[in-house]
Amino acid sequence: MTKRIILAAVAVLLVIASAYASFYIAPTERTMGVIQRIFYFHVASAWAGFTAFFLCFIGNLLYVWKRKQQYDWLGVAGAEVGLAFTTVVLITGPIWAHPVWGIWWTWDARLTSTFVLWLLYVSYLLLRTLVEEPDRRALLSSLFGIFAFIDVPLVFGAIRWWRTQHPQPVIMGGQGSGLDPTMKAVFFFSAFAMHVLMASLIVERYALEKMQTEADSLAREVEVQ
Amino acid sequence: MKNLDSVFAAYMIGWGVYFLFYLTIARRTANVRAELERIKNALPSAK
Repeated sequence: MTKRIILAAVAVLLVIASAYASFYIAPTERTMGVIQRIFYFHVASAWAGFTAFFLCFIGNLLYVWKRKQQYDWLGVAGAEVGLAFTTVVLITGPIWAHPVWGIWWTWDARLTSTFVLWLLYVSYLLLRTLVEEPDRRALLSSLFGIFAFIDVPLVFGAIRWWRTQHPQPVIMGGQGSGLDPTMKAVFFFSAFAMHVLMASLIVERYALEKMQTEADSLAREVEVQ
Repeated sequence: MKNLDSVFAAYMIGWGVYFLFYLTIARRTANVRAELERIKNALPSAK
């Protein structure tokens, strides 16, 4: 419990420090101006969301293989936390887009695949509410989670494979792409802060699922008696 | 400082989503803990 509180406190401090760095250390971008500072929050949240979905995918694969409850707990924790991060991406993206593109939203490959990703993980969580029997629920949602994860590389590759309204990648974008060294340092620090926040939320959500399983199993025991 | 209000709004909404999500986990954890306590108290009387 104490370790979880320390992790949460460290996450909050890192996120505050990353916001300070985004506003006061990173230089102002030449063409977009101050609005580009959303980049440090938007992209860092997207990366943390991808990592959470990857953890969900690992949990899903391991559950299908080994059928141990803890892998199902990891799956649901990763899905819910990844969904929170993707929600932030879908909100901050249009706030950045509107002054730059003149529109809030367009159905290009990157935006559409991100929205589909959000819908897939909402469906994953809805599916879990529809199946009562715990083992069946874990297996069905794990199979669905493995399928849902296919969209993550599609979101990542969308701006690399297709022409989109969304900007081309500035990190891991190949020749001609890149960031000012200070911008890059602030971005990687923000991504680290978001990953620590993501880890803290996953630990909390995992502990909740574990406790819920214990409560359900004790409740069944009481019913039998 | 054109668009500074939009940057501020993006950060505030983002932090708000994370904070609300953390609150929902804390609330659900408190509920399950209370439920667990209630069931544990019911167990000896059921035996």
